[in-house]
Amino acid sequence: MTQSVVVQVGQCGNQIGCCFWDLALREHAAVNQKGIYDEAISSFFRNVDTRVVGDGSSISKGKICSLKARAVLIDMEEGVVNEILQGPLRDVFDSKQLITDISGSGNNWAVGHKVFGSRYQEQIVEKLRKAAEHCDCLQCFFIIHSMGGGTGSGLGTFLLKVLEDEFPEVYRFVTSIYPSSEDDVITSPYNIILAMKELSEHADCVLPIDNQSLFDIISKINLMVNSGKLGSVVKPNSLVTSSAGALKKRQEKPFDAMNNIVANLLLNLTSSARFEGSLNMDLNEISMNLVPFPQLHYLVSSLTPLYTLADVHIPPRRLDQMFSDAFSKDHQLIRADPKHSLYLACALMVRGNVQLSDLRRNIERLKPSLQFVSWNQEGWKTSLCAVPPVGHSHSLLALANNTCVKPTFIELRERFMRLYKKKAHLHHYLRVEGMEESCFTQALSSLSTLIEEYDQLDATKSMPMPDVPRLSIAV
Amino acid sequence: MNLVQKEVEKCDSLSGFFIIMSMAGGTGSGLGAFVTQSLQDQYSNSLRMNQIIWPYGTGEVIVQNYNSILTLSHLYRSSDALLVHENDAAHKICAKLMNIKQISFSDINQVLAHQLGSVFQPTYSTEGSFHYRRNPLGDLMESLVPHPEFKMLGVRNIPQMSESSLAYSTFTWTGLLKHLRQMLISNAKMEEGIDWQVQPHFSGHPTLGKMSLNKELHFNTSIANLVILRGKDVHSADLGGFKDPALYTSWLDPVNAFSVWKTQRAFCKYEKSAALVSNSQFLVKPLDMIVGKAWSMFASKAYIHQYTKFGVEEEDFLDSFTLLEQVIASYCNL
Repeated sequence: MTQSVVVQVGQCGNQIGCCFWDLALREHAAVNQKGIYDEAISSFFRNVDTRVVGDGSSISKGKICSLKARAVLIDMEEGVVNEILQGPLRDVFDSKQLITDISGSGNNWAVGHKVFGSRYQEQIVEKLRKAAEHCDCLQCFFIIHSMGGGTGSGLGTFLLKVLEDEFPEVYRFVTSIYPSSEDDVITSPYNIILAMKELSEHADCVLPIDNQSLFDIISKINLMVNSGKLGSVVKPNSLVTSSAGALKKRQEKPFDAMNNIVANLLLNLTSSARFEGSLNMDLNEISMNLVPFPQLHYLVSSLTPLYTLADVHIPPRRLDQMFSDAFSKDHQLIRADPKHSLYLACALMVRGNVQLSDLRRNIERLKPSLQFVSWNQEGWKTSLCAVPPVGHSHSLLALANNTCVKPTFIELRERFMRLYKKKAHLHHYLRVEGMEESCFTQALSSLSTLIEEYDQLDATKSMPMPDVPRLSIAV
Repeated sequence: MNLVQKEVEKCDSLSGFFIIMSMAGGTGSGLGAFVTQSLQDQYSNSLRMNQIIWPYGTGEVIVQNYNSILTLSHLYRSSDALLVHENDAAHKICAKLMNIKQISFSDINQVLAHQLGSVFQPTYSTEGSFHYRRNPLGDLMESLVPHPEFKMLGVRNIPQMSESSLAYSTFTWTGLLKHLRQMLISNAKMEEGIDWQVQPHFSGHPTLGKMSLNKELHFNTSIANLVILRGKDVHSADLGGFKDPALYTSWLDPVNAFSVWKTQRAFCKYEKSAALVSNSQFLVKPLDMIVGKAWSMFASKAYIHQYTKFGVEEEDFLDSFTLLEQVIASYCNL
C-alpha cells in the first residue's frame, strides 16, 4: 500500500489539518481494535519508538508504539501551530516537521509567495525530503490551504512548484478553501486569482471548497438536529461535522464543524486506498479518470449522508436517497449546481454496506437526468470500499469534473476586476521584490483561458452528438 | 517470468496458458497484454488463451474504452484465442436467472467460474471411450480458431438457475439443445428473452448473408461451434440442429465447423447441462460499441495526455483502431 504526506499551510490549512488528523486517528482506532500497526495506518502514520533517542526509528510491524503523522506543518505565524503543539495532538507531530515564522504574511499573496517562498525554500525541501524518505512508496501529497489569505494562498502555491520540481512523479492533490462573500479580507480577490494561476499550472487535482457552502450545510444540519421531529433522532457521532470520540474534548470552536466536513472529505477520498473493498480505487486512478485535459482539474465534491438517523432499519429507499442527494446542489461543497451543467466525468466512491447492484441501479436511475459531454456519455468511475466511516453504515463521496465551476470562477474574476480597475491596494503587492504588474495580468489571463475552455465545452451541451466518421476499411 | 518458469517446470505436458484479466482497468489490461506478449516470446510453442472481462456498458471506469481497444489490439497480435465474458451479461444472469436480489462481485464471479468450469472440466476424448481428453485447450483451439483473423469466442450455458429452482425442474436434451441453438442464432446472452423469430435463411438468398452494421444484426453466423454436454443419457442427445450448414459461413463444412465433447458426469448440480463455445458474430456489436465510443473520445483528444505521459502515443491508438476496425469488418462480412 502506498503512503501520502499531508502538507498544511497557513492558519486555515493547519486548523483543517488538525481536524483531519484527529478524525483519522478516530477512524483507524475504530477499525483496528488490536492496535497492530498495519498497512492501512501506515498510509498516513509512522510507527515510532520514542524511547529511542534520535530521529525515532520507524517500526514497520507489530504493536503500535507511538504514531507520528506524515505531515509537514507550515505557517508564518506561530499562534496556530503552537496551539496544536500544546493540544492533545502534540504527540502526533514533532518539531522537526514544522516551519514557522513570527510575523505572518499580512494577507498578502506576494509576501507569502515571494518573500517567504525564497526565504524558506531550502527548509521546505529538506522537510519534504525527510517525510518522503520515511515512506516506502510515496504516492501523493495532499496540500491543504486557503485561497484568501497570504500564507496559505501564497506560500501554499509556491510549495506546488517546489513539489513539482523535487518530486515530479508524486501526485499533488490540493484542497483549497475559498472564502465566502462575507469574507473580511479585502484583498482576497487578488490573493485568489494569483493563487489560481499556480493551481492551474502545477496541481494535478484541485478540490475547491467554499466556506459559504460549508456554512449552509451546518445550518441545515442544525435545523435537522434541533427540529425535534418525532422519530428523527440523529445519531450524535454520525454527524459529518462531529468530532465525537475524537481526542479533542475541548470546547468546540466555531470553525470546527466546517473543518470536520473537509476532514471527512479527505478521509473518504483516501478510504479505498487504505481499506479493503470489492472494487478498489487508488489515488492515481482519481487523477487519471477525472482529468480529461491537463488544465481542467477542478473537481466539485459532495458528501452524503450528512447524518444518520438512529433508525436501525435502513430500507433501500434510504440508500437510493443517498445517491440522489449526492447530486443535489445542497450537498455540494462549493456553490454550484452540477445537475444543470455539463459533466465531463464523475466518480462515485462508496463506503460501507452497499452492493454492486445498488451502485449500478442508481447509476442507471440517475443518468437520464444528468448531462454528460458527448464523448464521455458513460463517464462514471466507481469504487466500493468495505469499511464505512465512523458512525455510518454507508457513505458516498461524489467527485465531479463539471462546468458548474465556471460561474464561480467568473464571479471571482469580477471581484478581482473591481479592485484591479481602481488599482486599489496594489502597492502592497508591487512593493514586494519580484512582483510586477505582469504577474497580475498573467494570472488574470490564465483564469480567463480556463473560463473559456469551460465555455467551449458548455457550448457543446445543446448540440447534437457529432458524428465522427470512423476509419473505413477496404474489404 | 521466473514464477511462470517454476510452474511450467512442474508440468508433465504443458499445453498452454490461461491469462485471466479485465479490459477496463490498468493492471489487468495493460500488464495482462504485456505478459501475454512475453509468454509468446518465451513459450512460442504453447497456446495462449486469454479470458477477458468485458466491462459494463454503462461505465465503470471512465477510460475503459481506451484501455479496451489498446488491450484488444495488442492481444490480437499475441494471443491465440480470446474468450470473452461480459459483465453486463453475467449481471443479468444473476438478476433474472439466479434470482439474486443484491448482486455482488462474488455472485458475478460465480457465474463466470461456472462458465469456465462447464467448458474445461474433463470430458471423454471420443464417443464411448473411457479416456479423458488429453489436451482440451489444444482441441478447442483446433476446432474453433481455424483462421487467425477470427479469435473472439463467447460462452453460453444452459440451464442456469438458482439451486432452489433446480429442485423443481426436469430437463431433456432435446429441449436444452433446442434452446441453446436458438440462443446461438439469435445472439441471446442467456436463456431468457430468446428471440424465436430469428431463423437461418436458405442458400437461395445470398444477400442476407452479408450485413452492414447499420441494419440490425439478426442472424448470428458462426465460423465454428463447440458444444459440451455433461450429464445423464448424454449419448442420446441429438445434435443435428447444430450441423445445419445454414448456421455457418460458406468456407467451412459443418463437419469441420462443429464439434462436440461429452461426459456422463454431471456438472455442478445440474442433472443435464450444456455449454456452447462459439466463434461467431456474438461480439461484433459490443466490439463496435467500444470502438465507436473510444473513437469519439479520441477525436476530442480527451485523456490522451495521461497516456502520452507514459509512452503510449497517438500513433499507437491509431494502430489499435485500425486493427479492430479490420476485425469488425471481417466478422461482419461472414
